[in-house]
Amino acid sequence: MTKILRDVWYSVQDFLQTFGASQLFLIRILAGCPAAFLRPRLIIKQVHDSGVLSLAIIGISGFFVGMVLSLQAYNSLARFGATESLGVLAALALTRELGPVVTALLFAGRAGTALASEIGLMRATDQLSGMEMMAVDPVRRVVVPRFIGGIIAMPLLAAIFSAMGLFGAWLEGVVLLNVDEGAFWQQMRDQVDMYDDVLAGILKSFVFGIAASLLAVFEGYNSIPTAEGVSRATTRTVVLTALSVLVLNFMLTAVLIGEV
Amino acid sequence: MQQTRAVEFGTGLFVFLGIVALFFLTTRVTNFDSYEGEEGYTLTARFDNVGSLKLRAPVAMSGVKIGRVTSISFDDEMLEAVVEMRIDARYDKIPNDSDASILTQGILGGQYIGLEPGGSMEFFANNDEIQFTQSALVLEKLVSKYLFSQADKEE
Repeated sequence: MTKILRDVWYSVQDFLQTFGASQLFLIRILAGCPAAFLRPRLIIKQVHDSGVLSLAIIGISGFFVGMVLSLQAYNSLARFGATESLGVLAALALTRELGPVVTALLFAGRAGTALASEIGLMRATDQLSGMEMMAVDPVRRVVVPRFIGGIIAMPLLAAIFSAMGLFGAWLEGVVLLNVDEGAFWQQMRDQVDMYDDVLAGILKSFVFGIAASLLAVFEGYNSIPTAEGVSRATTRTVVLTALSVLVLNFMLTAVLIGEV
Repeated sequence: MQQTRAVEFGTGLFVFLGIVALFFLTTRVTNFDSYEGEEGYTLTARFDNVGSLKLRAPVAMSGVKIGRVTSISFDDEMLEAVVEMRIDARYDKIPNDSDASILTQGILGGQYIGLEPGGSMEFFANNDEIQFTQSALVLEKLVSKYLFSQADKEE
Protein backbone atom coordinates (compact mmCIF):
# COMPACT_ATOMS: atom_id res chain seq x y z
CA MET A 1 0.00 0.00 0.00
CA THR A 2 2.72 2.43 0.97
CA LYS A 3 4.57 1.38 -2.15
CA ILE A 4 1.65 2.38 -4.36
CA LEU A 5 1.36 5.71 -2.55
CA ARG A 6 5.07 6.27 -2.94
CA ASP A 7 4.88 5.49 -6.66
CA VAL A 8 2.01 7.93 -7.06
CA TRP A 9 3.97 10.56 -5.12
CA TYR A 10 7.03 9.98 -7.31
CA SER A 11 5.06 10.36 -10.52
CA VAL A 12 3.39 13.54 -9.22
CA GLN A 13 6.81 14.84 -8.28
CA ASP A 14 8.13 13.86 -11.68
CA PHE A 15 5.26 15.60 -13.44
CA LEU A 16 5.66 18.80 -11.44
CA GLN A 17 9.39 18.75 -11.98
CA THR A 18 9.00 18.39 -15.76
CA PHE A 19 6.32 21.08 -15.77
CA GLY A 20 8.52 23.48 -13.81
CA ALA A 21 11.54 22.70 -15.96
CA SER A 22 9.55 23.44 -19.13
CA GLN A 23 8.44 26.80 -17.69
CA LEU A 24 12.03 27.72 -16.81
CA PHE A 25 13.06 26.62 -20.30
CA LEU A 26 10.36 28.89 -21.74
CA ILE A 27 11.85 31.81 -19.82
CA ARG A 28 15.30 30.98 -21.19
CA ILE A 29 13.85 30.89 -24.70
CA LEU A 30 12.02 34.18 -24.25
CA ALA A 31 15.21 35.78 -22.96
CA GLY A 32 16.91 34.66 -26.18
CA CYS A 33 14.13 35.85 -28.48
CA PRO A 34 15.21 39.48 -29.04
CA ALA A 35 18.70 38.39 -30.11
CA ALA A 36 17.23 35.83 -32.52
CA PHE A 37 15.57 38.53 -34.59
CA LEU A 38 19.03 39.84 -35.42
CA ARG A 39 19.47 36.69 -37.48
CA PRO A 40 16.24 36.46 -39.47
CA ARG A 41 17.70 33.83 -41.82
CA LEU A 42 17.72 31.22 -39.07
CA ILE A 43 14.06 31.94 -38.38
CA ILE A 44 13.17 31.87 -42.07
CA LYS A 45 14.82 28.48 -42.35
CA GLN A 46 12.71 27.20 -39.44
CA VAL A 47 9.47 28.68 -40.77
CA HIS A 48 10.31 26.79 -43.93
CA ASP A 49 10.98 23.54 -42.07
CA SER A 50 7.91 23.55 -39.85
CA GLY A 51 5.56 25.54 -42.10
CA VAL A 52 6.28 24.92 -45.76
CA LEU A 53 7.04 21.24 -45.30
CA SER A 54 3.75 20.81 -43.36
CA LEU A 55 1.77 22.57 -46.06
CA ALA A 56 0.87 19.45 -48.04
CA ILE A 57 -0.47 17.45 -45.10
CA ILE A 58 -2.34 20.47 -43.68
CA GLY A 59 -3.91 21.42 -47.01
CA ILE A 60 -4.99 17.92 -47.97
CA SER A 61 -6.29 17.12 -44.47
CA GLY A 62 -8.22 20.38 -44.37
CA PHE A 63 -9.74 19.68 -47.74
CA PHE A 64 -10.97 16.23 -46.79
CA VAL A 65 -12.15 17.30 -43.33
CA GLY A 66 -14.24 19.99 -45.04
CA MET A 67 -15.61 17.47 -47.56
CA VAL A 68 -16.65 14.95 -44.92
CA LEU A 69 -18.07 17.69 -42.67
CA SER A 70 -20.22 18.85 -45.53
CA LEU A 71 -21.34 15.34 -46.41
CA GLN A 72 -22.26 14.42 -42.83
CA ALA A 73 -23.97 17.72 -42.12
CA TYR A 74 -25.92 17.59 -45.38
CA ASN A 75 -27.53 14.29 -44.48
CA SER A 76 -28.53 15.51 -41.02
CA LEU A 77 -29.68 18.95 -42.16
CA ALA A 78 -31.68 17.49 -45.06
CA ARG A 79 -34.07 15.95 -42.52
CA PHE A 80 -35.03 19.43 -41.34
CA GLY A 81 -34.93 20.98 -44.79
CA ALA A 82 -32.14 23.27 -43.64
CA THR A 83 -29.38 22.34 -46.07
CA GLU A 84 -28.73 26.05 -46.72
CA SER A 85 -27.18 26.23 -43.26
CA LEU A 86 -24.40 23.97 -44.49
CA GLY A 87 -22.05 26.88 -45.08
CA VAL A 88 -22.58 28.33 -41.60
CA LEU A 89 -22.07 24.97 -39.98
CA ALA A 90 -18.88 24.22 -41.90
CA ALA A 91 -17.46 27.71 -41.35
CA LEU A 92 -18.16 27.75 -37.60
CA ALA A 93 -16.85 24.23 -37.07
CA LEU A 94 -13.69 24.92 -39.07
CA THR A 95 -12.80 28.38 -37.79
CA ARG A 96 -13.70 27.79 -34.15
CA GLU A 97 -12.59 24.22 -33.49
CA LEU A 98 -11.37 21.98 -36.26
CA GLY A 99 -8.96 24.45 -37.83
CA PRO A 100 -6.88 25.19 -34.73
CA VAL A 101 -7.15 21.79 -33.05
CA VAL A 102 -6.61 19.44 -35.98
CA THR A 103 -3.83 21.66 -37.30
CA ALA A 104 -2.11 21.58 -33.91
CA LEU A 105 -2.35 17.78 -33.79
CA LEU A 106 -1.01 17.43 -37.34
CA PHE A 107 1.65 20.03 -36.57
CA ALA A 108 2.78 17.99 -33.56
CA GLY A 109 2.99 14.89 -35.74
CA ARG A 110 4.72 16.50 -38.70
CA ALA A 111 6.81 19.39 -37.34
CA GLY A 112 6.98 18.72 -33.58
CA THR A 113 8.52 15.28 -34.02
CA ALA A 114 11.03 16.63 -36.53
CA LEU A 115 12.08 19.39 -34.12
CA ALA A 116 12.35 17.04 -31.13
CA SER A 117 14.35 14.37 -32.95
CA GLU A 118 16.61 16.92 -34.63
CA ILE A 119 17.52 18.62 -31.36
CA GLY A 120 17.65 15.26 -29.58
CA LEU A 121 20.13 13.94 -32.16
CA MET A 122 22.21 17.09 -31.77
CA ARG A 123 22.28 16.35 -28.05
CA ALA A 124 23.12 12.67 -28.62
CA THR A 125 25.95 13.49 -31.02
CA ASP A 126 27.35 16.14 -28.64
CA GLN A 127 26.77 18.97 -31.08
CA LEU A 128 25.10 20.99 -28.35
CA SER A 129 28.02 20.48 -25.97
CA GLY A 130 30.34 21.42 -28.84
CA MET A 131 28.54 24.72 -29.23
CA GLU A 132 28.79 25.39 -25.51
CA MET A 133 32.50 24.68 -25.76
CA MET A 134 32.76 27.37 -28.45
CA ALA A 135 30.84 29.75 -26.19
CA VAL A 136 27.79 29.60 -28.45
CA ASP A 137 24.61 29.34 -26.42
CA PRO A 138 22.76 26.37 -28.00
CA VAL A 139 19.44 27.69 -26.66
CA ARG A 140 19.90 30.90 -28.64
CA ARG A 141 21.45 29.34 -31.73
CA VAL A 142 19.37 26.15 -32.04
CA VAL A 143 16.27 26.28 -29.86
CA VAL A 144 15.00 29.86 -30.14
CA PRO A 145 14.79 30.03 -33.98
CA ARG A 146 12.91 26.72 -34.03
CA PHE A 147 10.52 27.94 -31.34
CA ILE A 148 9.82 31.23 -33.15
CA GLY A 149 9.51 29.47 -36.49
CA GLY A 150 6.88 27.14 -35.03
CA ILE A 151 4.91 30.01 -33.53
CA ILE A 152 4.89 31.88 -36.83
CA ALA A 153 3.95 28.81 -38.84
CA MET A 154 1.10 27.50 -36.66
CA PRO A 155 -1.54 30.27 -37.08
CA LEU A 156 -0.82 30.49 -40.80
CA LEU A 157 -1.21 26.73 -41.13
CA ALA A 158 -4.48 26.85 -39.18
CA ALA A 159 -5.81 29.59 -41.47
CA ILE A 160 -4.82 27.55 -44.52
CA PHE A 161 -6.48 24.49 -42.99
CA SER A 162 -9.76 26.38 -42.45
CA ALA A 163 -9.69 27.92 -45.91
CA MET A 164 -8.99 24.56 -47.57
CA GLY A 165 -11.72 23.03 -45.39
CA LEU A 166 -14.21 25.61 -46.61
CA PHE A 167 -13.16 24.92 -50.18
CA GLY A 168 -13.78 21.21 -49.55
CA ALA A 169 -17.15 21.97 -47.92
CA TRP A 170 -18.09 24.18 -50.86
CA LEU A 171 -17.04 21.54 -53.41
CA GLU A 172 -18.98 18.77 -51.67
CA GLY A 173 -22.03 20.86 -50.70
CA VAL A 174 -22.50 23.22 -53.62
CA VAL A 175 -20.97 21.37 -56.55
CA LEU A 176 -21.77 17.76 -55.70
CA LEU A 177 -24.88 18.00 -53.48
CA ASN A 178 -26.43 21.04 -55.19
CA VAL A 179 -26.91 23.25 -52.14
CA ASP A 180 -27.78 26.76 -53.29
CA GLU A 181 -24.53 28.66 -53.69
CA GLY A 182 -25.91 32.08 -52.72
CA ALA A 183 -27.45 30.77 -49.50
CA PHE A 184 -24.28 28.87 -48.67
CA TRP A 185 -22.12 32.01 -48.67
CA GLN A 186 -24.74 34.52 -47.56
CA GLN A 187 -25.81 32.65 -44.43
CA MET A 188 -22.15 32.11 -43.62
CA ARG A 189 -21.43 35.81 -43.86
CA ASP A 190 -24.49 36.67 -41.78
CA GLN A 191 -23.74 34.35 -38.91
CA VAL A 192 -19.99 33.99 -38.68
CA ASP A 193 -18.54 36.73 -36.53
CA MET A 194 -15.18 38.35 -37.13
CA TYR A 195 -14.12 38.46 -33.48
CA ASP A 196 -16.00 35.66 -31.75
CA ASP A 197 -15.30 33.08 -34.44
CA VAL A 198 -12.41 33.88 -36.78
CA LEU A 199 -10.13 35.84 -34.47
CA ALA A 200 -10.90 33.53 -31.55
CA GLY A 201 -9.79 30.62 -33.75
CA ILE A 202 -6.57 32.42 -34.70
CA LEU A 203 -5.88 33.20 -31.05
CA LYS A 204 -6.35 29.53 -30.25
CA SER A 205 -3.98 28.43 -32.98
CA PHE A 206 -1.40 30.93 -31.75
CA VAL A 207 -1.57 29.50 -28.21
CA PHE A 208 -1.39 25.96 -29.58
CA GLY A 209 1.63 27.01 -31.63
CA ILE A 210 3.40 28.14 -28.46
CA ALA A 211 2.50 24.91 -26.64
CA ALA A 212 3.46 22.60 -29.51
CA SER A 213 6.76 24.35 -30.28
CA LEU A 214 7.76 24.63 -26.62
CA LEU A 215 7.08 20.95 -25.93
CA ALA A 216 8.96 19.84 -29.04
CA VAL A 217 12.11 21.86 -28.34
CA PHE A 218 11.95 21.11 -24.60
CA GLU A 219 11.68 17.35 -25.10
CA GLY A 220 14.41 17.37 -27.74
CA TYR A 221 16.76 19.53 -25.70
CA ASN A 222 16.30 17.44 -22.56
CA SER A 223 16.32 14.03 -24.22
CA ILE A 224 18.60 11.29 -22.95
CA PRO A 225 21.56 11.26 -25.37
CA THR A 226 20.99 7.76 -26.74
CA ALA A 227 19.07 6.34 -29.70
CA GLU A 228 16.37 5.22 -27.30
CA GLY A 229 16.31 8.60 -25.59
CA VAL A 230 15.70 10.38 -28.91
CA SER A 231 12.87 8.05 -29.82
CA ARG A 232 11.32 8.55 -26.36
CA ALA A 233 11.59 12.31 -26.71
CA THR A 234 9.81 12.13 -30.09
CA THR A 235 7.01 9.98 -28.69
CA ARG A 236 6.59 12.16 -25.63
CA THR A 237 6.40 15.24 -27.84
CA VAL A 238 3.41 13.89 -29.73
CA VAL A 239 1.66 12.55 -26.62
CA LEU A 240 2.20 15.64 -24.49
CA THR A 241 1.35 18.05 -27.31
CA ALA A 242 -1.88 16.21 -28.13
CA LEU A 243 -2.91 16.18 -24.46
CA SER A 244 -2.01 19.78 -23.73
CA VAL A 245 -3.62 21.06 -26.95
CA LEU A 246 -6.89 19.32 -26.12
CA VAL A 247 -6.89 20.53 -22.51
CA LEU A 248 -5.87 24.07 -23.51
CA ASN A 249 -8.56 24.00 -26.17
CA PHE A 250 -11.26 23.36 -23.61
CA MET A 251 -9.94 26.05 -21.28
CA LEU A 252 -9.57 28.63 -24.04
CA THR A 253 -13.02 27.87 -25.41
CA ALA A 254 -14.54 28.27 -21.96
CA VAL A 255 -12.81 31.63 -21.51
CA LEU A 256 -13.67 32.88 -25.01
CA ILE A 257 -17.32 31.86 -24.77
CA GLY A 258 -17.62 33.25 -21.25
CA GLU A 259 -16.40 36.59 -22.53
CA VAL A 260 -19.13 36.97 -25.17
CA MET B 1 23.20 29.51 -52.39
CA GLN B 2 20.68 27.94 -54.72
CA GLN B 3 19.24 26.04 -51.78
CA THR B 4 18.95 29.13 -49.58
CA ARG B 5 17.02 30.85 -52.33
CA ALA B 6 14.66 27.90 -52.64
CA VAL B 7 14.07 27.98 -48.88
CA GLU B 8 13.39 31.70 -48.91
CA PHE B 9 11.10 31.40 -51.92
CA GLY B 10 9.15 28.58 -50.27
CA THR B 11 8.82 30.48 -47.02
CA GLY B 12 7.67 33.61 -48.78
CA LEU B 13 5.08 31.60 -50.69
CA PHE B 14 3.91 29.94 -47.48
CA VAL B 15 3.49 33.18 -45.54
CA PHE B 16 1.75 34.70 -48.56
CA LEU B 17 -0.65 31.74 -48.74
CA GLY B 18 -1.31 32.02 -45.01
CA ILE B 19 -2.16 35.69 -45.29
CA VAL B 20 -4.39 35.04 -48.30
CA ALA B 21 -6.20 32.38 -46.24
CA LEU B 22 -6.64 34.83 -43.35
CA PHE B 23 -7.90 37.47 -45.75
CA PHE B 24 -10.35 34.97 -47.23
CA LEU B 25 -11.61 33.98 -43.78
CA THR B 26 -12.13 37.56 -42.66
CA THR B 27 -13.71 38.97 -45.80
CA ARG B 28 -15.57 36.14 -47.52
CA VAL B 29 -16.68 34.23 -44.44
CA THR B 30 -17.63 37.02 -42.04
CA ASN B 31 -19.62 40.18 -42.54
CA PHE B 32 -16.70 42.21 -41.27
CA ASP B 33 -16.83 44.78 -44.04
CA SER B 34 -20.49 45.60 -43.59
CA TYR B 35 -20.75 46.84 -40.03
CA GLU B 36 -17.49 47.96 -38.56
CA GLY B 37 -16.40 51.54 -38.73
CA GLU B 38 -18.94 52.59 -41.31
CA GLU B 39 -20.63 55.95 -41.30
CA GLY B 40 -24.04 55.97 -39.71
CA TYR B 41 -26.39 57.48 -37.18
CA THR B 42 -27.95 56.15 -34.01
CA LEU B 43 -31.64 55.70 -33.24
CA THR B 44 -33.19 54.51 -30.01
CA ALA B 45 -36.48 52.74 -29.45
CA ARG B 46 -38.30 51.63 -26.31
CA PHE B 47 -40.03 48.29 -26.15
CA ASP B 48 -42.16 46.59 -23.49
CA ASN B 49 -40.47 43.32 -24.35
CA VAL B 50 -37.54 42.64 -26.66
CA GLY B 51 -38.00 38.86 -26.68
CA SER B 52 -34.69 37.24 -27.58
CA LEU B 53 -33.29 40.12 -29.63
CA LYS B 54 -29.49 39.96 -29.64
CA LEU B 55 -26.74 42.52 -30.02
CA ARG B 56 -25.77 43.05 -33.68
CA ALA B 57 -29.15 41.78 -34.81
CA PRO B 58 -30.07 43.35 -38.16
CA VAL B 59 -32.38 46.31 -38.55
CA ALA B 60 -34.33 45.90 -41.77
CA MET B 61 -36.68 47.94 -43.85
CA SER B 62 -38.78 46.15 -46.48
CA GLY B 63 -36.56 43.16 -45.77
CA VAL B 64 -33.34 44.98 -46.66
CA LYS B 65 -30.73 45.31 -43.92
CA ILE B 66 -30.10 48.97 -43.18
CA GLY B 67 -28.36 48.77 -39.80
CA ARG B 68 -27.61 46.83 -36.65
CA VAL B 69 -28.60 46.76 -32.99
CA THR B 70 -25.72 48.22 -30.99
CA SER B 71 -27.02 48.04 -27.42
CA ILE B 72 -29.92 46.63 -25.44
CA SER B 73 -30.50 47.89 -21.92
CA PHE B 74 -33.26 48.17 -19.35
CA ASP B 75 -34.50 51.53 -18.13
CA ASP B 76 -35.49 50.96 -14.51
CA GLU B 77 -37.43 54.21 -14.23
CA MET B 78 -39.71 53.77 -17.23
CA LEU B 79 -39.55 49.96 -16.81
CA GLU B 80 -38.94 49.47 -20.49
CA ALA B 81 -36.23 47.97 -22.64
CA VAL B 82 -34.14 50.52 -24.53
CA VAL B 83 -32.64 49.41 -27.83
CA GLU B 84 -30.04 51.45 -29.66
CA MET B 85 -29.40 50.81 -33.31
CA ARG B 86 -26.99 52.18 -35.85
CA ILE B 87 -28.35 52.91 -39.30
CA ASP B 88 -26.16 53.21 -42.39
CA ALA B 89 -25.52 56.82 -43.31
CA ARG B 90 -26.79 56.32 -46.85
CA TYR B 91 -30.32 55.59 -45.53
CA ASP B 92 -30.94 59.09 -44.23
CA LYS B 93 -34.45 59.61 -45.59
CA ILE B 94 -36.49 57.49 -43.19
CA PRO B 95 -39.70 59.29 -42.13
CA ASN B 96 -39.57 60.15 -38.43
CA ASP B 97 -42.95 58.62 -37.70
CA SER B 98 -41.87 55.16 -38.89
CA ASP B 99 -42.59 52.37 -36.48
CA ALA B 100 -40.28 49.64 -35.24
CA SER B 101 -41.32 46.10 -34.42
CA ILE B 102 -39.40 43.03 -33.34
CA LEU B 103 -39.89 40.25 -35.86
CA THR B 104 -38.51 36.76 -36.36
CA GLN B 105 -36.58 35.48 -39.39
CA GLY B 106 -38.02 32.15 -40.49
CA ILE B 107 -39.23 29.60 -37.99
CA LEU B 108 -35.99 29.04 -36.13
CA GLY B 109 -34.25 32.24 -37.15
CA GLY B 110 -33.05 34.98 -34.88
CA GLN B 111 -35.04 38.12 -34.16
CA TYR B 112 -34.55 41.42 -35.91
CA ILE B 113 -36.03 44.89 -35.90
CA GLY B 114 -38.29 45.72 -38.81
CA LEU B 115 -39.01 49.37 -39.62
CA GLU B 116 -42.29 50.27 -41.33
CA PRO B 117 -42.18 53.64 -43.08
CA GLY B 118 -44.58 56.34 -41.90
CA GLY B 119 -45.95 59.26 -43.90
CA SER B 120 -44.07 62.15 -42.38
CA MET B 121 -42.01 64.48 -44.52
CA GLU B 122 -39.42 64.87 -41.74
CA PHE B 123 -36.58 62.40 -41.50
CA PHE B 124 -34.87 60.68 -38.59
CA ALA B 125 -31.67 62.34 -37.43
CA ASN B 126 -28.91 61.18 -35.12
CA ASN B 127 -30.05 60.18 -31.58
CA ASP B 128 -33.75 60.41 -32.44
CA GLU B 129 -36.17 58.11 -30.70
CA ILE B 130 -38.60 55.93 -32.59
CA GLN B 131 -42.01 56.74 -31.06
CA PHE B 132 -44.11 53.87 -32.34
CA THR B 133 -42.90 50.44 -31.35
CA GLN B 134 -44.32 46.99 -31.18
CA SER B 135 -42.87 44.37 -28.82
CA ALA B 136 -41.72 40.90 -29.64
CA LEU B 137 -44.42 38.25 -29.63
CA VAL B 138 -44.04 35.96 -26.64
CA LEU B 139 -45.42 32.53 -27.28
CA GLU B 140 -46.85 32.02 -23.78
CA LYS B 141 -48.79 35.30 -23.98
CA LEU B 142 -50.21 34.35 -27.37
CA VAL B 143 -51.33 30.97 -26.07
CA SER B 144 -52.96 32.45 -22.97
CA LYS B 145 -54.69 35.10 -25.05
CA TYR B 146 -56.09 32.37 -27.29
CA LEU B 147 -57.20 30.25 -24.35
CA PHE B 148 -58.95 33.18 -22.65
CA SER B 149 -60.73 34.10 -25.85
CA GLN B 150 -61.95 30.51 -26.16
CA ALA B 151 -63.16 30.54 -22.55
CA ASP B 152 -64.97 33.84 -23.13
CA LYS B 153 -66.77 32.39 -26.13
CA GLU B 154 -68.08 29.40 -24.19
CA GLU B 155 -69.68 31.55 -21.54
